[in-house]
Amino acid sequence: MAVDALPSFKVETRTRLSSAFLVVAVAVLALGFAAPLFTSRAVVQDLFFILTMLVLAQCWNLLAGFAGLVSVGQQAFVGFGAYAMFAAVILLGLDPLVGIVLAGLLAAVLTIPTGFFVFRLQGAYFAIGTWVIAEVVRLSFAQWKALGGGTGTSLPSGATRDMAGVRWIADLFGWRASQATDVLCYWLALALAAATILFIHWLLRSRQGLGLAAVRDNQEAARAVGVDPRWMKSTVYLLAGLVSGVTGALIYVQKARISPDAAFSVTDWTAYVIFIVVIGGIGTIEGPVVGVIVFFVLRNVLADYGSWYLLILGLIGIAVMLVAPRGLWGLFADRTGIQLFPVRRILTGAPTKTKGVPHG
Amino acid sequence: MMWLDTIVQGILLGGLYALFAAGLSLVFGIMRLVNLAHGDLIVLAAFLILVLVTALGLNPFVAALVAMPAMFALGFALQYLVLNRTLGPDILPPLLVTFGLSIVIQNALLERFSADSRRVSAGALETASLQFGPINIGTMPLLTFLSAIAVIIGLNLVFYRTSLGRAFRATSDDRVTAGLMGIRPDRIFAIATGLAMVVVTIAALYLGTRANFDPTIGPARLIYAFEAVIIGGLGSFWGTLAGGIIIGVAQTAGASINPEWQILAGHIAFLLVLLARPRGLFPRAVD
Repeated sequence: MAVDALPSFKVETRTRLSSAFLVVAVAVLALGFAAPLFTSRAVVQDLFFILTMLVLAQCWNLLAGFAGLVSVGQQAFVGFGAYAMFAAVILLGLDPLVGIVLAGLLAAVLTIPTGFFVFRLQGAYFAIGTWVIAEVVRLSFAQWKALGGGTGTSLPSGATRDMAGVRWIADLFGWRASQATDVLCYWLALALAAATILFIHWLLRSRQGLGLAAVRDNQEAARAVGVDPRWMKSTVYLLAGLVSGVTGALIYVQKARISPDAAFSVTDWTAYVIFIVVIGGIGTIEGPVVGVIVFFVLRNVLADYGSWYLLILGLIGIAVMLVAPRGLWGLFADRTGIQLFPVRRILTGAPTKTKGVPHG
Repeated sequence: MMWLDTIVQGILLGGLYALFAAGLSLVFGIMRLVNLAHGDLIVLAAFLILVLVTALGLNPFVAALVAMPAMFALGFALQYLVLNRTLGPDILPPLLVTFGLSIVIQNALLERFSADSRRVSAGALETASLQFGPINIGTMPLLTFLSAIAVIIGLNLVFYRTSLGRAFRATSDDRVTAGLMGIRPDRIFAIATGLAMVVVTIAALYLGTRANFDPTIGPARLIYAFEAVIIGGLGSFWGTLAGGIIIGVAQTAGASINPEWQILAGHIAFLLVLLARPRGLFPRAVD
């Protein structure tokens, strides 16, 4: 009795629903993996696009939604990763897959000097600072004549066909090499998206994640309880740069043609990404998933209307920010209380019959 | 004498950048709002002047005078109806709403005016120049620079010599207490943004008459303006002019070595200042 009287609290983030959802998520992942076997090549390319945008959205959401770092310059790392992969293939003759890994590592290294500059700027000025850095990186790569300078260049013909695994996939399923390349890129994108979501979910449930939330909500208070805001923010900035670099390289293995204006496009790699996160719901892992689906549907519906598409996307983004700042998923979660990737800590095992108080 | 010419041209170009920056600095100084659509609003004003010049056959300077009240009204309405709702301790809403606005303005202009390069014709003024000893100075660049100085003197007068300026400073220091003293912060903010749009119209006049422009060049103007503000130090209009001049000189110096390095040289000058003096050259505000 004496022992039982001691309250045995437990802090949990898991809910019954989220555990059940895990089964669904694994099923969706398996279905996604098998998708190339029963869908057309066009669908695989669409899925590839959705998944890569999802990864970029998760990265930006980690920065802005969880660490309070609003970056308008993630295109720096997307473009840098893409160029690093091109350099690895064209100048060093490496396999594009090795180029992708190299791109991620180099992008992570790039975050050190760029972080040194942008972290000197506070709050809102951080945003434009990241944009300046992205411009500097773009203009620098436009000077690199070996990679086509301002007009850009293409991967050598056959580079993606000779990529490790392509021949094997082509033989196994009886596909042409170009289709096998698309499928391999798609599988990599699927793996990258799953790994990114799992990693972010793990990070936010860890001690570091709690520190991150504390820094975002009140930097001074976080510092007072021993969280180092600078270290937290730098780590998140580095991770987002690394994953954006890998994603950029992967996107450009599939595109096989690069130019500074496209690789460092603020519209493609930052504006779309911001709208995906804002519309879906900033500060949740589910938000970007919802957002990327809305984004893709809108893109197809408005495909024939040129600049109207971005105009409407911008207006929706503004409206969401003003009316429902937590996005579509925020609205849904507020009504239903459902969390598929719960990061909120719940106290359980209290001696009284209360179910625990959500906090954090 | 080449280098002297480069420096003089750079200083005059800096006047244009100071004009881009003055509006940004004004709005940030009063309500801590960084307007990511600032560059696109400059381009929007340039198109407004272009329409007035081509449709009504007005002189560009008259057209700018006509555009000013319209832009003031636009700024007032934008702040009063939209941006005021985003102000608060969280920096996300204002940044994301103004970023969305930037995309909306760009694409609306693209839809209406296409991506073609435009220019506002200023007649004989475009090619006119004055001889100062060995240096030849274009009349338009000189006018731009003098306008920048006039705008900065004007803004300083408004800030420190009028009751409106007192309300600006009071609201900036303590919004709640200013409200208790009978100031309506919402209206003060709206007037400030309206005033910033008047400055934007002046900037747009010189942007449109000095070089070609198209709907997509807004973000680059925002970046130059931002660099000028940071180099100068927050809260100082004269510092902003100095910042603009540093960017301008760096750009013309870079361009004189290799035309492709013009923009990059400006950015690098900014990064060097950020490295050496993170709070800018003439910091006044404490944030």
